[in-house]
Amino acid sequence: MDAATGKGTLRFITCGSVDDGKSTLIGRLLFDAKSILDDQIQALVNDSRTYGTQGERIDLALLVDGLQAEREQGITIDVAYRFFATEQRRFVVADTPGHEEYTRNMATGASSAQLAVILVDARKGVLTQTRRHSRIVAMMGIRHVVLAVNKMDLVRYDRAVFDRIDAQYRAFAADLGFASIQSMALSALEGDNVFTASGNTPWYRGPTLMSYLNAFEIDAPVLAASFRMPVQSVNRPNADFRGLCGRVAQGEVRPGDRIKVLPSSVQTQIASIVVWQEELEAAASGDSITVTLRDEVAVGRGDMLVAADDPPEVADQFEARLLWMSKQPLLPGRAYLFKLNTQEVTASVTDIKYREDIDSGSQLAARTLALNEIARVNLSLARPVVFAPYSDNRTLGGFILIDKLSFETVAAGMLVFALRRASNIHWQALTIDRAARAASLRQSPRCIWFTGLSGSGKSTIANLLERRLHAQGLHTYLLDGDNVRHGLNRDLGFTEAERVENIRRVAEVAKLMLDAGLIVLVSFISPFRADREMARSLFNEGEFLEVFVDASLAACEQRDPKGLYAKARRGELKNFTGIDSPYEAPLAPEVHLQSTSTAPEMLAEQIAQRLEIKP
Amino acid sequence: MIDHRGLRELESESIEILREAIAGARRPVMMYSTGKDSSVMLHMARKAFYPAQPPFPLLHVDTTWKFREMVNHRDRMAAESGMELIVHTNQEGLAAGVDPFTHGSSYYTDVMKTQALKQALDQHQFDVVLGGARRDEEKSRAKERVFSFRAAGHRWEPKAQRPELWNLYNTHIHSDESMRVFPISNWTELDVWQYIAQEDIPIVALYFARMRPVVQRAGTWIMRDDERLPLAPGEVPQMRKVRFRTLGCYPLSGAIESEASTLDQIIAETFAARSSERQGRLIDSDQPGSMEKKKQEGYF
Repeated sequence: MDAATGKGTLRFITCGSVDDGKSTLIGRLLFDAKSILDDQIQALVNDSRTYGTQGERIDLALLVDGLQAEREQGITIDVAYRFFATEQRRFVVADTPGHEEYTRNMATGASSAQLAVILVDARKGVLTQTRRHSRIVAMMGIRHVVLAVNKMDLVRYDRAVFDRIDAQYRAFAADLGFASIQSMALSALEGDNVFTASGNTPWYRGPTLMSYLNAFEIDAPVLAASFRMPVQSVNRPNADFRGLCGRVAQGEVRPGDRIKVLPSSVQTQIASIVVWQEELEAAASGDSITVTLRDEVAVGRGDMLVAADDPPEVADQFEARLLWMSKQPLLPGRAYLFKLNTQEVTASVTDIKYREDIDSGSQLAARTLALNEIARVNLSLARPVVFAPYSDNRTLGGFILIDKLSFETVAAGMLVFALRRASNIHWQALTIDRAARAASLRQSPRCIWFTGLSGSGKSTIANLLERRLHAQGLHTYLLDGDNVRHGLNRDLGFTEAERVENIRRVAEVAKLMLDAGLIVLVSFISPFRADREMARSLFNEGEFLEVFVDASLAACEQRDPKGLYAKARRGELKNFTGIDSPYEAPLAPEVHLQSTSTAPEMLAEQIAQRLEIKP
Repeated sequence: MIDHRGLRELESESIEILREAIAGARRPVMMYSTGKDSSVMLHMARKAFYPAQPPFPLLHVDTTWKFREMVNHRDRMAAESGMELIVHTNQEGLAAGVDPFTHGSSYYTDVMKTQALKQALDQHQFDVVLGGARRDEEKSRAKERVFSFRAAGHRWEPKAQRPELWNLYNTHIHSDESMRVFPISNWTELDVWQYIAQEDIPIVALYFARMRPVVQRAGTWIMRDDERLPLAPGEVPQMRKVRFRTLGCYPLSGAIESEASTLDQIIAETFAARSSERQGRLIDSDQPGSMEKKKQEGYF
């Protein structure tokens, strides 16, 4: 155990194609490390009779395949974490799924690992999944790989087979940037070269898997890396104590150290490091602590405390690598939540530079991303964040994207570098501002956003409302979906991705018009909730009115003023909202109009009542 | 003997998780069963938010069949920490006389633990529930997330779990959904004991070997904590030197014969153990895929 104190816990993953024997290998490690206890062995014997794939023998894979569905189907679905210890150190091993559809779980296992054991079936050699997993392993920042050529017993321990696979893999992995690749000739089932050197492979000169894992040196953190601590929360039990809680992401900290609070850049000093009823002399990377500061400065969750003489970069535009993890495709322009350590801001992908073919590594053009696809993208954030490139520090450069409506985790990403664009194109501060323009027009600018099915009466009502406002002497503009598609958006079609871009452009135009002091009426089907929320987020509180023009699909279809429903039903029009493309009704619109039962004049009047547009 | 560096890594990770859970919570609560894992959790919660009080109450689901010493320890620790303690019992189950003997351990656990827990969570509108489950306890728990998402009705869907990368936790939920959070997911039984020794954390005396009145049931020793435990005709409880590796309802918690009466001896025994700690838990093996089924229904 004392030796374990020196080596530190080793976190590693096993991965590889389905049926390469990952679960069996972990079962073997646990079994031979005596981490399997008597009652678990008895349960294993029973389970092997029911579910086993090894005939009369114990099926070691059943030790790790814990879910009923996995045991019945004989496959690993979800990542499992296992713990064992030797005289040398503690181990945490993530057993990750081989099936392509569960790749996101594999990336999850890889994110916290320092080493990857990639299994290859000696009979099959390097497969698509082997390449795919190796790329994910490399992308997640794992720099050391064990190539475990497994099932050597099934190729009569043939050295030529081993050498061929070793050469094949090294050729493939040459440009993945691994610091080391250790190939091993194994049989997890028979135990060859797992714990003890096998007499079946006299030609094999490498270490056993266990001796390699015991001796493995974890990459030391960069020497003298400067202090960084994302603030998780503010601890203020009474007026005398104000502590900042967080986990040190890099470097060391001591009382008296000069620090900066980012992004505000305010400087102060560390007064004390408090942990329970004692104060610490110092804390280092990985420690959860509470610090107090010399001065009363504004700090909150999402800020970062950093060494004053070596602050990290702050930026809002990035190039990043992205692994898409949702069944819903990535849509450029759509607003997602971006979470980077304790910083959470709205972000969107402005450009997919290219999709990376996971098999060949070649760069492909893409307009969206589907589940398990990897791409290099440009990201734009609503406000700047403090960061370091992922290759320097996983905590400061690894992020997730969260869908704003379902709250599903849709992507994992790694910041590569900040785009200079943001810092070079400064916002031009204009002398005549929005308030001045609005005042000269003597009105309060508004964005009135009409949404509803085609044929629900949006344009009719918007038109009536504009006439009424105009008659009052107000300055208005009506942006109509059809009209805008003839000009500004003539390059866009009707796929989901293009609809998102369509709405993004119109929302930005409406925003400029609001700046100009106008009352803008926007009449667009705008079928997706997330995009209307994105539009709303561009405006100040109270400036944006969502008007839901509610008519049943049947009513709209019967009306069919442009004959579009008939066309769509005949299959001549693809992606038509309500027919083969969904409409997501607003949950809490400012104005909800039932357009089938009331005359459009009355409905326009209803909206006018809601508007308070005098300055 | 104690791996202080390993424990410090584990403690720091757990405290980070506790703070993340609270940062994203509307109304958090911590499960407190008084067992060794709960004791570690309570200790770390107090550390994580020191000098403030942990910003949540403790919840104990009392089946009325807990060891008397556990109930005493619970009240003592709540008083010492100054934290609010909520004790909830399924009153309908109690009125119906549901017990572990006549109704079987599976039905009993569902009514007095799972249903009781859901009642308490609904009644108090808790959205984030901190628990002391560990991945090394049981196979389906090895697959559990640190932030385990529960759909409406507290249901656990293994396939609806969110990927957890790095130490980044997606804590967002809708109003009818909830999160179960397991800060000591990556600890082993041995880690727990070593941490208790290192930090000098008070624990229930039932973990230490003592002479106790026991009867043999299903190959394990059951302690007769009170006269409600039915005896077979002619059966007389015998005094044996036993201790418990896990604690729950006394008629369902098997004791092991042991001489370990100090923490050091417990640690040495855990090191050398040839059976798993949940071996004494009768409810884990009462049906195939037992734990997974109980979890889907909302068991902790």
